[in-house]
Amino acid sequence: MEVLTNDNWILTVGTFLPLVGVLVMLFIPAVEETLHKQIAIVTSGATLAVGIWTLVLFDYDQSEKLQFWVDEEWISVIRSGYTIGLDGISLPLYILSMAVTFLVAIYTWDNMPDAGNPKSFLMLMMVLQVGMAGSFIAQDLILFFVFFEVVLLPMYFMIGVWGGEQRQYASLKFFLYTMFGSALMLVAFLALFFQTDAVSFGFAHLMDAGALIDRDTQIWIFAGMFVGFAVKVPMFPFHTWLPDAHTQAPTQGSVILAAILLKLGTYGFVRIAIPMLPQGAEAWAPVIGVLAVIGIIYGALGCLAQTDMKRLIAFSSVAHMGFVMLGISTLTSLGINAALFGMVAHGLITGMLFFVAGSIKHRYHTLEIKRLSGLLIQMPKMGWILGFAAMASLGLPGLAGFWGEFPAILAAWNPHPALNQDLFRTLTVIAALGTVLAAGYLLWLYQRTAFGTPSDEFSGHDSGHGGHAAHSLSAAANHDHDDHESDIHDVNTIEWIAWTPFLIAILVLGVYPQLMFEVMDPAVTQLVERVGAGIP
Amino acid sequence: MYAANFLLLSAVLFSIGVFGVIARRNAVMVLMSIELILNSVNLNLIAFALMNDNVDGHIFALFVIAVAAAEVGVGLAMVLMIYRNRRSIALDELSEMKG
Amino acid sequence: MLLGAETDGVVTAGWFLQNAWLIPVIPAIAFFGILFFGKKLPRGGSELGLISMVAAFTIAAGTAWQWVDRVHAYSPEYGEAEPVIRQWTWWQSGGTEFGIGQQIDGLSVTMLLLVAFISTLVLVYSTEYVRGDRRYTHFFASITLFSAGMLTMVIAPNMVQLILGWEIMGLCSFLLIGHWWEEQANSRAALKAFFTVRVGDMGLLVGTAMLLGIFGTLDILEINQLTAEGAADDSKNLLMWTAVALFIACIGKSGQFPLHTWLPDAMAGPTPVSSLLHSSTMVVAGVFLVARIYPVFYVGLDINVAGQQFNLIAVIGGITVLIAALLAFVQDDIKKVLAYSTVSQLGYMMMSLGIGAWTAAVFHIWTHAFFKCCLFLAAGSISHTASHHSFDMKKDMGGIWRKMPVTTGAWIASTAALCGVPYFSGFFSKDEIIDSARAYDYTVFYYVGIIGAFMTTAYMTRATYLTFFGTPRGAAAHFMGVAHDTSHEVHGHAADAVGAEHADDHLPEHADAHDAHGHDAHGHDDHHVSHSRPLPFAKTDSPWQIAGPILVLGILAVSAGYINMPVHKFYWFEHQTESAIGLPIAHEEEKSADGGEGAEAAAVEGEEAHGGDEAHSEAIYSVPAPPKFKWVNAAPGLILVALGFAISLGMSMAVFGRRKNLFAPFVGLTRRNRIARGGHTVLVKKYGLDSLYENIIVRAVAYPFAKAAYWFNQNVIDAVVNGAGRSGKLTGEWIYRNVDQRVVDGAVNASGLVASESGHALQPVQSGKVNQYGALLFGAAAVGAIVLILINA
Repeated sequence: MEVLTNDNWILTVGTFLPLVGVLVMLFIPAVEETLHKQIAIVTSGATLAVGIWTLVLFDYDQSEKLQFWVDEEWISVIRSGYTIGLDGISLPLYILSMAVTFLVAIYTWDNMPDAGNPKSFLMLMMVLQVGMAGSFIAQDLILFFVFFEVVLLPMYFMIGVWGGEQRQYASLKFFLYTMFGSALMLVAFLALFFQTDAVSFGFAHLMDAGALIDRDTQIWIFAGMFVGFAVKVPMFPFHTWLPDAHTQAPTQGSVILAAILLKLGTYGFVRIAIPMLPQGAEAWAPVIGVLAVIGIIYGALGCLAQTDMKRLIAFSSVAHMGFVMLGISTLTSLGINAALFGMVAHGLITGMLFFVAGSIKHRYHTLEIKRLSGLLIQMPKMGWILGFAAMASLGLPGLAGFWGEFPAILAAWNPHPALNQDLFRTLTVIAALGTVLAAGYLLWLYQRTAFGTPSDEFSGHDSGHGGHAAHSLSAAANHDHDDHESDIHDVNTIEWIAWTPFLIAILVLGVYPQLMFEVMDPAVTQLVERVGAGIP
Repeated sequence: MYAANFLLLSAVLFSIGVFGVIARRNAVMVLMSIELILNSVNLNLIAFALMNDNVDGHIFALFVIAVAAAEVGVGLAMVLMIYRNRRSIALDELSEMKG
Repeated sequence: MLLGAETDGVVTAGWFLQNAWLIPVIPAIAFFGILFFGKKLPRGGSELGLISMVAAFTIAAGTAWQWVDRVHAYSPEYGEAEPVIRQWTWWQSGGTEFGIGQQIDGLSVTMLLLVAFISTLVLVYSTEYVRGDRRYTHFFASITLFSAGMLTMVIAPNMVQLILGWEIMGLCSFLLIGHWWEEQANSRAALKAFFTVRVGDMGLLVGTAMLLGIFGTLDILEINQLTAEGAADDSKNLLMWTAVALFIACIGKSGQFPLHTWLPDAMAGPTPVSSLLHSSTMVVAGVFLVARIYPVFYVGLDINVAGQQFNLIAVIGGITVLIAALLAFVQDDIKKVLAYSTVSQLGYMMMSLGIGAWTAAVFHIWTHAFFKCCLFLAAGSISHTASHHSFDMKKDMGGIWRKMPVTTGAWIASTAALCGVPYFSGFFSKDEIIDSARAYDYTVFYYVGIIGAFMTTAYMTRATYLTFFGTPRGAAAHFMGVAHDTSHEVHGHAADAVGAEHADDHLPEHADAHDAHGHDAHGHDDHHVSHSRPLPFAKTDSPWQIAGPILVLGILAVSAGYINMPVHKFYWFEHQTESAIGLPIAHEEEKSADGGEGAEAAAVEGEEAHGGDEAHSEAIYSVPAPPKFKWVNAAPGLILVALGFAISLGMSMAVFGRRKNLFAPFVGLTRRNRIARGGHTVLVKKYGLDSLYENIIVRAVAYPFAKAAYWFNQNVIDAVVNGAGRSGKLTGEWIYRNVDQRVVDGAVNASGLVASESGHALQPVQSGKVNQYGALLFGAAAVGAIVLILINA
């Protein structure tokens, strides 16, 4: 594998910079809440700046090569190195993680979860960012595993401390589920290591040597990785931690979870499991495809049954990640491109939906769909943003979501020649049905929450008029919650700052997807060729 | 044999010292007895050194003297403290080190 | 980043042809302009929309003009004009690049011109119609985006761009139908429209995937050429399924049976929306798709293959023609009559494509757009000016022709065109469809065609009579200055006279929907905003922004057909568009049959045939040439039309006007006759399709299925998880109690115990007495010394 060692300091700096913020915050008393928020914003902003500089330095003509390559000794006893690099596959996710953390930090300025203590919260968030960014640049299995696990603990505390009513249950479930997957994954990693003569944990070596393992062993090793990554994705039937974790997590947690954490699983498939074990992947692809499609339909049906907006969005993640996995399971460049695009698109769109859900919860203190209606009257801008995100989520062309779904469907109809065509074609049709159901649940949600007139509970005495009275109405809204004054107001400045980049990215990527395809495609093509060469 | 004489003397001194340590109640007396023991050892060291025509024993004896001086210094300081606190230096009344 | 070489063809394309891609781009930019700055502009953003639309129309007109030149430049030397294709890289995968850009040929030029023109008129109309609406700016933003979507679709050089335009239209229809979303009925209608179309779109996605699988490309031109050359003949079965899948999308979009149910409900939107989206542009998207990649359908579904009397497209089209026309008879809402009429006419277009009459279908899109748009706008004009925002023909209309000359005149001209009265535009296209069915031996569809024409005339006569003639009722009476005399209200006599059209025996949900749909008034905060000036020669008619477009469209409803008159062997339109079929036209047979026809026509045909052969020398499929017009062949249809007019007029006068005439005995038949009543009920219930979809399928998916899936999730999968957790916990507890506490901890505790006991045992040694310690020390040393001596000895 060719590598470029230009500017090799930048990845390390970009990844570990948040730790500087953590250190600084460590020595500042917790009562200085504003200061902590400022530090978090500055740190994550600086990280993002490094990320943007990475974008500038990245050589787009050679995006199939690993750039900014560093290969230092780390734990030489177990032949694991500090090996990092960035190519077209990782780049979008790496930058996305930085951007999301920065925007979430901004959002926290005004919307600290009820449990308070921004110091710990933001410190955890910074640590989380290190884990996420590190996972995307690691080119060594042990290093990857370490970063992968670093992510776990901050998220556990975020849910467990700042979560909703059932946070204990949700956080524990999240933790145990993921640990269970990780355990199997680690076993698989070790098996892979020893099967390739225990020479190195570096990706480059394992990709070359892994393909030479005999088929049955590959299938077994793949099984271990499959469970580990599938839990993280999450794929049916390992998905049940997701709705609980999402529903209970604070808004920031949900956004990061949806935008980045879930991608670690799919990224693992693309980066590790499939290229290192081509024959295992080929044997498992039908299983992945079937489970992905079940996930699509099942997630959609789950959505239709929900009465809680946040839980509905959480279930929609299951469906969307189904499309991503369907794309991956085809083992074609079209499918994997679609999957990578889908990851970023889902991150942006579902992140946006969670933001909106969080802000609605903040104002109405409920997310029960039945009790909400007429958002467009009380909060027109918020309503339109919700509509925009819902439309993007259901895969409207011209918005980012489409480019994850549509090429996946194209690819599923024409999978890798080694795979069972009839099976995948059946899956294509069922997956297409999923797009219909997606339209169903999202529009239904939108119709029930955004359209109509506000319920009396939230609108006070003015409810009948609507229209031009909307603003005065929301100002005058007096509702019968005792512990807070009337706070049903439209999108505020902080929210605009945090959300606008999401909205713009969704639109720009939707209108001109080549921005991302151009970067990913050479790397994906190379990867698929490698896989193809490994399948006899 | 010269050596036998020296050794005999040192054995006598040692025995007297041990008796003092075990039998005397007065802490100062015990310290003095310890000095006796140490000096008996010194005597031995020098005797052997002369016998073997080697200076190591002399050097070691000098070390022991120095250490003994320090020890007595610390010991007497402790005794003084004990006397201040308890108005007595009778060892059989001290059992703070009891396990 | 130009994708491949520009296909300029042998003749250099002019500026407009090169830059036709600007046509959709301009309104798209205007959309964002309206969205962000519309509210700050003096006219709420409508001016931006209008300017962009006029600009788009100007370019479209230029494109059309240069296209005509190009066609002229090509024939006779080079044969059929080649399309002008430009594509830029839009996305790529595996090194293959997919483009976005333009494909300009006869079909897209037709549609560009049509859409830009009608959008412009509708925008003019809307400035008055939705004036003072609470979401005036949003309305113009959506409608501009809608036009951009349609233009994007018709200009598409590949399937992905086509899908882009297609779905944007779906979104805009959602926004526009649900424009007054405070009412649940409106938002339901919007949801229904989007969702129904989306069901069809499944076919579009899968069909596109299939096309990629078969041809390895998504470029429309390549697909058409490859199919025509027989490249897909090895996978004929797959091609058939591809055609079916794609056609499902067209069924959804174009309101074909059985997914037509959303279209009438979609009338909940403001009238300009109905006229733009649901008559002349969006709903023809399905027809356009079939026409765009016609070879795929033609080859895949074996159209015009000897011995194949039926194919999917023709059958669905034929069924739609008839069932929709029947439904139009029982509607009270004028817009719903027009909606069903649209469905029925779309059925004609589909049927036409299904029997191989491509040109006739496209020409029908062209003529239908003008007269149907005109009819909708006229209906809106009535409700705006005469009937106080009501669309109920029975309650609030009647006898208004005296005060609304422009509206009435345009309506009647358009109705005549719709019915196919000779020398009105619809005649030329519709008759060609019917005549083609006869000439290509599709006997069944020939009869469908003429029966459809009969029914069209009949229901339109009924609607016309109810709306414009007879006694003014309700709001119209107020408008006409007639005393509001309930005894003249048709509704008032429902009990004894109008059983067939009885409004009260509607089902509850229908009545609800009707209430909500019947009035456009919800959006107007003030019904009596000052109206603009009317046209000078029609003082009592609607203001000029409304009457003007109606007038223009009324004139076009008559004259739009004159560009292709088979009656006079004038095939200009066909000549301009035929290269877009993707298949050559087989003229040879016709020529030998009527070799002695007019010299000019023969010469033209000769060129065409020649050109066709040259351009597609490898093509093994071809569509038959349009039949030669003979009055004899047109006669049965025309007679039926006349009959339909007469019968319907008589019926209407008998039923609604309570005149004693030939038809008086039939009045109240549905009450007296069980079969007639049953039939009527079926029609009122819209064949039960709505309740099938809404109450059974959707409800089943949304409730029991979803609930079951969720139950499964919570109680099976999650139970496994929780069970695993719980049993893990129980196992843990057991192990803790029995293994950990007893065995492992036992060992630990035991060692601790031993240590403790021995400590106790030795405790006395630690007396704390220095002397004792010294004694022990020396004792021990003595013992050690003795042992040492013993060992050494």
